[in-house]
Amino acid sequence: MLGATLLLALREIRRHILRSFLTTLGIIIGVAAVITMVTLGKGVTASVQEDISSLGSNVFIVFPVRTDRGPGRPFDSDDVQAVASQIAGVEEAAGSVNSSVTAIHNGQNWSTSVQGANNAFLRGQSIEVETGRSFTDAEEAAGKSVCLIGTKVRDAIFPAGPSPLGESLRLDDVSCTVIGTLKERGQGASINNQDSDDVVIMPLKTVQRRFTGSTNLQYFIVKYSGSYSSAGIQAALIDLLRERRVLQPGQENDFDIIDTAQVNDAISSATGALTAMVAAIAGISLMVGGIGIMNIMLVSVTERTREIGIRLAIGALAREVQLQFLTEAVVLCCFGGLVGIGLAFGLSISIAHALDVPYVFDPTVNVISFLFSALMGIAFGYYPARRASRLDPIEALRHE
Amino acid sequence: MSEDHLIELEGITKTFGQGAAAFQALKGVDLKIDRGDFVAVMGPSGSGKSTTMNILGCLDVPTSGIFRFRGVEVQSLNRDQRSLLRRRYLGFVFQGFNLLARTTALENVELPLLYRGEKASVRHAAAMKALDLVGLAPWAHHTPAELSGGQQQRVAIARALVTDPDVLLADEPTGNLDTERSIEIMELLTDLNRRGITILMVTHEAEMAEYAKTIVHFRDGLVESVEQGSLASQGAPA
Repeated sequence: MLGATLLLALREIRRHILRSFLTTLGIIIGVAAVITMVTLGKGVTASVQEDISSLGSNVFIVFPVRTDRGPGRPFDSDDVQAVASQIAGVEEAAGSVNSSVTAIHNGQNWSTSVQGANNAFLRGQSIEVETGRSFTDAEEAAGKSVCLIGTKVRDAIFPAGPSPLGESLRLDDVSCTVIGTLKERGQGASINNQDSDDVVIMPLKTVQRRFTGSTNLQYFIVKYSGSYSSAGIQAALIDLLRERRVLQPGQENDFDIIDTAQVNDAISSATGALTAMVAAIAGISLMVGGIGIMNIMLVSVTERTREIGIRLAIGALAREVQLQFLTEAVVLCCFGGLVGIGLAFGLSISIAHALDVPYVFDPTVNVISFLFSALMGIAFGYYPARRASRLDPIEALRHE
Repeated sequence: MSEDHLIELEGITKTFGQGAAAFQALKGVDLKIDRGDFVAVMGPSGSGKSTTMNILGCLDVPTSGIFRFRGVEVQSLNRDQRSLLRRRYLGFVFQGFNLLARTTALENVELPLLYRGEKASVRHAAAMKALDLVGLAPWAHHTPAELSGGQQQRVAIARALVTDPDVLLADEPTGNLDTERSIEIMELLTDLNRRGITILMVTHEAEMAEYAKTIVHFRDGLVESVEQGSLASQGAPA
């Protein structure tokens, strides 16, 4: 019977092909909107997460902050040493300083910043060397004038020339030798809102001695093993630093700790909430599409009153007539859902391309949207179908 | 006793509306129809013939009285049970043909079989056979709009026949046709009757009623008279 009903429904849809298409347009647009929004949301989330994960996972960033007692005392290498050696689970602890400089080479000027950081810091932040080499222990210990340059600095100062490796670069008054170039990291992968590709990195000691003129650190990073709990490491870190900074019980911390995992979660949940909201708005258009289906089905029942009378006279049961109209509504909606999925596929890919976010295919949202459109068919087809099945055959046959 | 007659109406009344607006369309109809009969129901409009046909067609139930069909008391059946009776034992032909528009003759004739849950091949074969019986096999793939009135009524008859019913109910089957087509349809019905199908036909045209074996006259909600048809008395049954 179901096969026959399906056949009847398909025949009916084929008989009114244009009207069927226009009816389902609401569903098509609704489904396409929901899927496109969710897919783009996932793409944006993925791209943000990629940026954040390039900050390094399982990494804390520690920096002094101002309290009512005055500015927080800067950290120095001893603090970093203590964290690395006294807290179990810490794999790497490394400080960093920054200074604004003008890089000059061969008459080319470029405003950039110089960052003092050792190999431990590069490892903790997943900063990779593309060509050349990283610092040697001796260079770090002696504070040699060697540097690694970011892609933007390379492009600005060594445009299309031979390899910059071995070239001499002047940063304000300090001359240094380029020993390597950094792999491009992209936007957003920076701790202090700097473009992480527009940077010159020198050994920490070199920058402290030549640029900042003190042994202070601006911040330091703590990379810990994934097998330790983030909260446990954070608590140990706070205890140790309070002790080293001689804070009395009740005094607030004059330093702050940023947990990249927390930032990641916060951004994910924020983009997730935004995606859900936009999807909900798109879902409303799906509802409106469903109401369109109901409207047309009601018109269809009235228009086909005589036909319903014929079917009933021939011996169709009330539930068969109901099933027929319900099937028609569901088939229309499923058809709309499928076309919507196809449309969403094209839209998502082209918009993702235009917005420069990755296209992340999400089977769940596709399946759910499809099932939801079928559900709309049942929900909004039920009442018209019921009305059709309750017609009196004699009245229906007399209907003009 | 009840097995002797295919259809038995005993004291059938039908009242439409309620209270002061109530209208009694049937005031106690008694009628017995035997298997193989060809009955023409006649009477002026408002005499209750259509109401009686609706009850006989199991489309409506009487207000009071007993309607036995094949020994089953139809007045106590529910809507779906009556639908099943129509599906199995009854075929309908209407004045306005009532074919599904934009649907081929073949698909129209297949329709009752669809509700019986027959397979596509069975449906197709039976529908073609029925169309062949009414002489429309070459027109199987035409839609009603492409057929003449007489052809449309033949398709409707084929649709009524395709389930091999006990009774064919025809409500003014020639009402929308000219005399020549009307005679063709009546000859077709007579032929079907000879093959054993009981036919109940409402008509207001005396010359069409002449094809029937039995003519029942209605007046004011009651059976006025039952007489033999003149053509039937010429010894048509084989």
